[in-house]
Amino acid sequence: MPAKQTKPKIRLATVWLGGCAGCHMSFLDLDERLIDLAALIELVYSPIADIKEFPEGVDVALVEGAVANMDNLKLAKEVRERSRVVVSFGDCAVTGNVPSLRNRLGVDDLLTAVYAEGPGKHPQGDEPVGVMPQLLPKVLPLHQVIAVDAYLPGCPPDPERIWAAVTSLLAGEPVVLKPEMRKFG
Amino acid sequence: MSKTIIIDPVTRIEGHAKITVQLDDDGHVADARFHVVEFRGFEKFCEGRSFWEMPGITARICGICPVSHLMASAKAGDAILGVAIPPTAAKLRRLMNWAQLVQSHALSFFHLSGPDLLMGMDSDPAKRNVMGLIEKYPDVARNGIRLRRFGQKVISLLGGQSIHPSWTVPGGVREPLSDENRSVIRRMLPEALDITGLALDMLKDALGDYRDEETMYGNFPSLFMGLVTPEGGLEHYDGMLRMVDSDGNVLEPGIAPARYREIIGEAVEPWTYLKFPFYKPLALRGRGGGELPPDYYQAGMYRVGPLARLNICDFAGTPRADAELREFRRMAPRGKLVTNSFHYHYARLIEIMFCLERIAETVEDPSITNDRVRSHAAVNSLVGIGVSEAPRGTLFHEYHVNEDGILQRVNLVVATGNNNLAMNRTVKQIAQFHINGHKIDEGVLNRIEHGIRLYDPCLSCSTHAVGHMPMILELVGPDGELLDRCVRDA
Repeated sequence: MPAKQTKPKIRLATVWLGGCAGCHMSFLDLDERLIDLAALIELVYSPIADIKEFPEGVDVALVEGAVANMDNLKLAKEVRERSRVVVSFGDCAVTGNVPSLRNRLGVDDLLTAVYAEGPGKHPQGDEPVGVMPQLLPKVLPLHQVIAVDAYLPGCPPDPERIWAAVTSLLAGEPVVLKPEMRKFG
Repeated sequence: MSKTIIIDPVTRIEGHAKITVQLDDDGHVADARFHVVEFRGFEKFCEGRSFWEMPGITARICGICPVSHLMASAKAGDAILGVAIPPTAAKLRRLMNWAQLVQSHALSFFHLSGPDLLMGMDSDPAKRNVMGLIEKYPDVARNGIRLRRFGQKVISLLGGQSIHPSWTVPGGVREPLSDENRSVIRRMLPEALDITGLALDMLKDALGDYRDEETMYGNFPSLFMGLVTPEGGLEHYDGMLRMVDSDGNVLEPGIAPARYREIIGEAVEPWTYLKFPFYKPLALRGRGGGELPPDYYQAGMYRVGPLARLNICDFAGTPRADAELREFRRMAPRGKLVTNSFHYHYARLIEIMFCLERIAETVEDPSITNDRVRSHAAVNSLVGIGVSEAPRGTLFHEYHVNEDGILQRVNLVVATGNNNLAMNRTVKQIAQFHINGHKIDEGVLNRIEHGIRLYDPCLSCSTHAVGHMPMILELVGPDGELLDRCVRDA
């Protein structure tokens, strides 16, 4: 029998693009299972953690949200380059969902409509003041900008669904969801 | 040589944002800005849809406080129908709203700010998160998880799921509360109350360690706004809008929330998607008829959220929360308000106590399981304004519809937006306190970010029009040259 060795922790990242954070909240709804998870994974990047740059050598990345602006696009590409498994996490990542409701409108019309009443100069989509990322003309689902390895639908995916997916991924097995776990909404 | 520091993304906040700090030639902080970088356009793309859909759509503004949008949207819908909702429906909505305050405040205190408060603002950034908290302070972390779970569980018992429940509707709610679920809530309450009591003791014991933060993290006079009951008590679902200044002068004792446009204006700036709401009467006072200076709205700065609500109310209305409130108020000179934003943390815990006590009272109400929970009507008014207190402050949904209930115009003033002027002021104050020279360390960046975390901003919400909050710190020279850029390494 081989000597018992400590397995290295799985490097998990969670990413928030254009969305409402509901998928992340559903992840936190794992509640005390988070304590079990803490023993198995190292959280190397997340909106609930403080590392500012997406690191190299990530094992699993859960990506919430649609791709709505240049910052989202840049981050999505970094995630793909630096992660072994990328999961499209929740309906916004999978389909564009609510953020993509703006797609029938032009970006400039939208900005003007929302900010025109002022007082003040409104923020420009294509004239970012140094730090403001340019909005994409259309909000896109994640798989339209990078290759995705697994899809986890739901608005948000409920914690049971997330647990089923995460435990499979941590075990290095393919994610196979039961039919009732594959629904949108 | 001057420069700009950028913190990007701002983390452990609910949204995407950046902070820039502008230094002058001597390395002193000249200005600091808080940028919200996401835009989603809800106000525009909802035009042409039915107001019946709005609770479901606007809940997706925010996964942290979807319930706030469900409340404000359903209330705007009630006004369009022109109905009074059944009394039990109003009580059930309040129940869900209190439950959401508990879960959201628990998230802010334990999961997001807990790592700073317990592990230290200068501790290892790789560990300074809830997973690190679980390793180092397992009991506290478990308590935080359990308390948040209480709120999420009550929401799902009422609405079928904890996030984006399709439960509130114009006219009331879809499902009554069953006897069985009422018992479940009752059984969970003692533990939640115990955890909150412990957390309050822990924070109060630690306040002595945070003298600098008390003095420098968002400590300035401003107005405070929120809802109060007709009697002047602490309120989160309905009531009257009150505005009070830091000296305790009441500027608006209680205006009907639907008249908010008369007192609140919204300014915009090109460097952020988050608007700047301001109190119009003060911003315009003494201005005469001439042209206004570009920053005139700054004079109308007000704060909302837990600190504001505790400041403006005459009393809380439940025994333990009132005892805590009396102690809280002793921090300020008699008759004055608590003006330091660092005490948002403390105020949040007192509000959790209040909400738990209210939930405990309400589940004992014999009418709470009544099954008459929805009023039916068609469009009777072409305008509906719904206002509630979200965890982070006052939330306004204003809908204009045609005879068929199709939306012609939508305006949303979201809780976090109300604090925009104050958040910018806070970031500048902390930066001025800690930065002196061209070099800064990671701990200082985190302290500046903590200034934002105090407000627990929900940028998802704020950027309904807009949206998200990451953060960078860049040091920019007076000529706009980028001198240093502080991003944390993995």
